[in-house]
Amino acid sequence: MSGLQVSGLEFAYGRRPILKGVGFAPLPTGKLTALIGPNASGKSTLFRLIAGLLKPSSGQVHLGDQDLAKLTTRRRLQQVCFMPQFFTANAALTVFDVVMMAQKQLRGWKVGSADIDAVAKALHQGGIGHLSEAYVSELSGGQSQMVSVVQALVRRSDVYLFDEPTSALDLRHQLDVLSRIRDAMSDRQVTGLVALHDLNLAARFADHLILLGEGRILAQGPPDVVLRSHTIASTYGVNIEVTVGPRKDLLVHAY
Amino acid sequence: MTDTPVLGPSVSDISTGYRKSITRRAVIVGTAIAILCLTVLLDIVSGPFDASIGRVIQVILQPSIATTNEAVVIWGLRLPVALMAVAVGAMLGVAGAEMQTILNNPLADPFTLGLSSAASFGAALAIVLGWSLIPGVGGLFVTVNAFVMAMLTSLGLFAFTRLRGVSPEAMILVGIAMLFTFNALLMFLQYGASEIQLAQLIFWQMGSLARATWEKVGICVALLAIVLPYFIYKSWALTALRMGEDKAAALGVNVSGLRLAVLAGVSLLSAVAVSFVGAIAFVGLVGPHIARLIVGEDQRGFLPLSALCGALILSGTSIASKSITPGVVYPIGMITSLIGIPFFISLILTQRKRHWQ
Repeated sequence: MSGLQVSGLEFAYGRRPILKGVGFAPLPTGKLTALIGPNASGKSTLFRLIAGLLKPSSGQVHLGDQDLAKLTTRRRLQQVCFMPQFFTANAALTVFDVVMMAQKQLRGWKVGSADIDAVAKALHQGGIGHLSEAYVSELSGGQSQMVSVVQALVRRSDVYLFDEPTSALDLRHQLDVLSRIRDAMSDRQVTGLVALHDLNLAARFADHLILLGEGRILAQGPPDVVLRSHTIASTYGVNIEVTVGPRKDLLVHAY
Repeated sequence: MTDTPVLGPSVSDISTGYRKSITRRAVIVGTAIAILCLTVLLDIVSGPFDASIGRVIQVILQPSIATTNEAVVIWGLRLPVALMAVAVGAMLGVAGAEMQTILNNPLADPFTLGLSSAASFGAALAIVLGWSLIPGVGGLFVTVNAFVMAMLTSLGLFAFTRLRGVSPEAMILVGIAMLFTFNALLMFLQYGASEIQLAQLIFWQMGSLARATWEKVGICVALLAIVLPYFIYKSWALTALRMGEDKAAALGVNVSGLRLAVLAGVSLLSAVAVSFVGAIAFVGLVGPHIARLIVGEDQRGFLPLSALCGALILSGTSIASKSITPGVVYPIGMITSLIGIPFFISLILTQRKRHWQ
């Protein structure tokens, strides 16, 4: 499976430009890429453009040789799985119901035995098996976020886009969720793109970083390079120092 | 960390739990159907003409054995009324369920969008001014006027969403504007009406199943047969909509398109229901709530049970309207609330889950 490639993407909400020519070379498959950047830098917009939920004013999104704009929205969303930012829903639906919804991808009334087993397995692996029969309206913020991740991972797509999958999670679950996402990408040999605010998590889990700021890509490359560049400090408007932690991992300090 | 063992129930426990919930849902729907059959029978039996349940079943299964009286009372009068109660109840229940879903609002029912006041206004035009909006419909002109006004209202709503986009807030606000407009126009007509016309108008608004005929039952059933399969076909998309627009869109639901298509179906269902039996507001609101409290909002259980709850409420109402005072048939509009609300309140009190905070 060949990777996701974006070229010359431009988008504006009314007259307010959000993205001013965003492009990156094909992302490696089986690896995790982190999309970092300050608030309102256009991360969610970029995700929506890739998923086809918004139409760019110019530019293309390719998956291998396939121009995604040529697909129907429905077909495109089967290839590109997009997990929107943190949600809470007040619906009288159980956790099992909502994961089943993703598993079925809106097809057919009947739920087969294979579907039930697939969803049960996904819930178990996602560590939320005990919540299977709970209503989504009763979940805590972190629990709903974990449900969202399971909902995304139960689907079989070529590209996975996670918009801040760990923003409401405690330390242990942040590590759990991100390593589960990374493992899934490498098991399935597909492209994973995760928007993250926590640079330490990005440094730890991502193989590749893309820094987005003011509607442009300001830096991209391995964490070691991007995090040590001058651009990152000026983009966030803080002083950043990178050290190596006790386990040879990068630690990002901001002042 | 990554090597943390995964806790909680095993995979087979989880799937068994879900299978049980599916079975439970099927049992509930089956039970509701059984109870509905029973209320329909009771509805046919109750009333001034004495007939035993056994005899009624015989006459229904074997029309040829009926005496002339039985044929007139059971086949000509009571069956259409009993079936009309079921059909209209189901229509209102389904309409309310999908209205609450697409507008993401627990207070939405077929009448939130002004459909019922538009229908009442249409009926008033016929009763007070003697106007027929579509010429040549003869004695049905009250019904036809009501239907035409309700459909015009939803067309207006469509036009509005074309101009301003399909957001639930805008739809509800425009609907409420329509509601007040038609109420004002209605009062205008009432003010100028004679006493007899006023009495007729108020009786129409209170709702009555007595106007049921086999043709009307046929129209209702035909409409349900067209609209329900579409809702069933869209059931995953509708379920997904309850997770929020973003989530639904990410799963591939065309949210605006779905809202408009469902609105069209719901408008048809409620316009026909209201023009045939008058404004019965309670059923479309509470039927779906009862269904939601019992089976949740997976449309595969929610949709059939909303229809059944609506049908049960109206069928029960039909029985009550004949039984409270022997020889008197009360308008159903006022009884729906009286028999439905105690049941509804007790359900709210016994359920710990709240889904509309």
